[in-house]
Amino acid sequence: MLAACGLSSVEELFNQVPASTRIDHALRIAPGLSEYEIADVFRELGAKNANGYASFLGAGVYSHYRPVLVDTVVSRGEFLTSYTPYQSEISQGTLVSIFEFQTMICQLTGMDVANASMYDGSSAVPEAAMMAVRVTKRSRILVARSVHPEYREVLRTYAKDQGLPVEEVGYDAETGQLDLADLDAKLNGETACIIVQSPNFFGVVENSKAVAERAHANGALLVFTFAEAVSLGILEPPHEADIVAGELQSFAISPSYGGPFVGIIASKEKYIRQLPGRLVGETKDTHGNQAFCLTLATREQHIRREKATSNICTNQALIALMATVFMELYGKEGLRELAIQNLSKAKYLAGKLRRRFSGPSFNEFVAVAKDAEDVNRRLLDRKIIGGLPLAKFYPELAGTMLLCATEMTKRADMDTLAEVFSA
Amino acid sequence: MIPTKVRSHLTQNEGLIFERSSPGKNGYQLPALDVPEVDPAEALGADNVRSTIEDFPEVSEVEVLRHFTRLSTWNYAIDLGMYPLGSCTMKYNPRINEAVARIEGLAWAHPYQPESLSQGAMEVIARLEEALLEITGLDAITLQPAAGAHGELTGILLVRALLEAQGNPRKRILTPDSAHGTNPATAGIAGYEVQNIHSTDQGMIDLEELARIVDSDVAALMVTNPSTLGVFEDNIMKVADILHSKGAMVYMDGANMNALVGIARPGDFGIDVMHLNLHKTFSTPHGGGGPGSGPVAVKKHLEPFLPVPRLARKGDLWTWDYDRPQSIGRVRAFYGNFGVLVRALAYIYAHGGPGLRNATVDAVLNANYLRHKLRPYFDLPYDRPNMHEVVFSDDRQAAKGVRTGEIAKRLIDYGFHPYTVSFPLIVRGALMIEPTETESKRELDQFVEAMIAIAKEVDTEPETVLKAPHMTRTTKVDEVGAARKPVVRWRPAS
Repeated sequence: MLAACGLSSVEELFNQVPASTRIDHALRIAPGLSEYEIADVFRELGAKNANGYASFLGAGVYSHYRPVLVDTVVSRGEFLTSYTPYQSEISQGTLVSIFEFQTMICQLTGMDVANASMYDGSSAVPEAAMMAVRVTKRSRILVARSVHPEYREVLRTYAKDQGLPVEEVGYDAETGQLDLADLDAKLNGETACIIVQSPNFFGVVENSKAVAERAHANGALLVFTFAEAVSLGILEPPHEADIVAGELQSFAISPSYGGPFVGIIASKEKYIRQLPGRLVGETKDTHGNQAFCLTLATREQHIRREKATSNICTNQALIALMATVFMELYGKEGLRELAIQNLSKAKYLAGKLRRRFSGPSFNEFVAVAKDAEDVNRRLLDRKIIGGLPLAKFYPELAGTMLLCATEMTKRADMDTLAEVFSA
Repeated sequence: MIPTKVRSHLTQNEGLIFERSSPGKNGYQLPALDVPEVDPAEALGADNVRSTIEDFPEVSEVEVLRHFTRLSTWNYAIDLGMYPLGSCTMKYNPRINEAVARIEGLAWAHPYQPESLSQGAMEVIARLEEALLEITGLDAITLQPAAGAHGELTGILLVRALLEAQGNPRKRILTPDSAHGTNPATAGIAGYEVQNIHSTDQGMIDLEELARIVDSDVAALMVTNPSTLGVFEDNIMKVADILHSKGAMVYMDGANMNALVGIARPGDFGIDVMHLNLHKTFSTPHGGGGPGSGPVAVKKHLEPFLPVPRLARKGDLWTWDYDRPQSIGRVRAFYGNFGVLVRALAYIYAHGGPGLRNATVDAVLNANYLRHKLRPYFDLPYDRPNMHEVVFSDDRQAAKGVRTGEIAKRLIDYGFHPYTVSFPLIVRGALMIEPTETESKRELDQFVEAMIAIAKEVDTEPETVLKAPHMTRTTKVDEVGAARKPVVRWRPAS
């Protein structure tokens, strides 16, 4: 091959790289390992993490059972090792699966259109807010303080440099739901949207209809977000929202120390041209057969460049596929039954503890624990990872922790946890 | 010519899952509840409970498996052959990476579990940070961004934060006309005006124009090196000097890092901040469009502004440091696409330092081999040695009425994924080809054979090329029709 290139050594390949810009040493990275050695290294690293613990952590990342078939499908090289489906004729497999994903997101959320995925819930929220800004041509963003604290942090990072003021709306100290009086006080003619999460970070189901009425009366949009997608199996979909932005980690995506997950963004039909990211549409091929392709690309960065609705390019396609397989396996009845199991487990646990908020909750709730850190330490001795002490994010909620129970939580562990709480 | 790489075979027909659905079917099993079952209406309030998920599918497990297996056979993939997409670095995705990412202690680690029980995951992050800093020659790095464009945004926010701390965030970001679309889109989202700068007739940044344009309103230049023409910006240090002399910075889009690993380091040639694409250079699978990972590496002066939290050492343990008053904040919840980070670290371990350099050498050799083999048949507007990719123009074929997009579609019939079409924009009718190091000479020769065959078809039977692809189960797709009246979801026939 060198000869074909008219070269006598591989070093000549790099003649165009001036000596002054070259690295002056061999990379200080040890020589390569065999497959067996690599597996060993990572097994050791895995062993340094929690192993064999029961866990009551949720807070945006949930432990749900992952049907084996999910891994079977995403391990197929035709999905795993394919590129973004720009070349429709040899990407119909990916395109069909995304079309089904978009459809099921609409069915779950009550929206008309959904995109092919976002990075995660935390980045979907600011993208939804920016969308609301484009739609309303207003700049003020209101966000409930009961939205996941890390989502709010990401929102602030995105909003700051675009000159979009972000203001928080408090929660009702009794119910844990958004404080409607505070919302009334803060909504005005410059408000582009109010962002509400339900179930919110405290696990409480919000009254999003009441929020929507107030937002719409002020010409603002309701951006609805969720972190626990399994709740959509039983909760009324947010028809009243204008944009829904959420996280699907609950749909067969392992916690994986926080990622990769998959975000969604969905909206009313009339906002379709303001959606960020990729969209798959139905069409026909030259023989008149049903076919699919990426569409409305004139919103996107590779066409619009600095005028694009978002800079997003690579998204989370394979993770979206995992969620798609999950949704199709569980289906209409399964998702409902799964949701009821989650609800039932959390209800059982809550019955043994003191709840901080009175609002209805799904599979998470805030429990009163005078010294949350101490409770967690004692739980670790019983091989249980307790809840998330809320003081870290909400100083006023010191002495509480957020606990989660899913279909994978065992009654015996809940009993042990309650025992340690009361000790 | 009869293609040597492919011949046709049967594919299964498969409708949308919704068309397969019938009431009562399912593909799941849940254990019996070990606690009393709760009535949702009672627990949540009847108003909050949905009666059903309208039109949601109901299918059996085997139907789901067949559905996706059939769909999968309609895809092209790296596992089937070469993917010569320029700037996308579609290389082989080693399966050991997949295996280790699924190790239970890593895959099931919760981001909020105690740090004392997360040391393995944090060690993965620490080791990857260290390796990537050695590879880039920069001083500090964040692994939080979820993809390349997300990394770009992070990087530009860092630039802005530093300039703001100095008293003036400035107004403009410069992007060459050869830049990826994400660059100007990112600058826009970060609140900057975008100014395009022209390339010289050699496809390089025009130093004179740059010197003229850069003033105290310019925040940064976003540059891709090697450029999207696959050529090393040999004046990169002078470029950096021009920016730095006016207090501006140089951002490097690391999409083409596969040409540099072990050869040259951005930190050594004047780059202040850059992102890497782990799903390109470091072999994590593209997955049909993600997940990716876009770490951002910086020089010391930008370090205080990196996103929170930062990994830090406390005694014998790793800890997350949130006390970073100058930080731009978070760009994503938690710590990034951790599962992708595990895969990238496994890739680095498999290659080691010498192996990483060898991969670069092979990638550059493969691309130069293709240039030599194809230059008699396709126009080469920038006729000079290239790095990891080579860009031809369709000038010769366009004269016969056949454009790059059509040649690309015809390539499908020969068993290859198309190259990158019509990019970079500075080449008329571009064919941008990046073979990567993982292609054998045999696969490259088959590709060359296919490209030559198509070039000949353009002369003898252009219609065949214009109407391609012919061999696929789906023929040319009506994209214009799709956009005119968008149907982006299934609805039941009414």
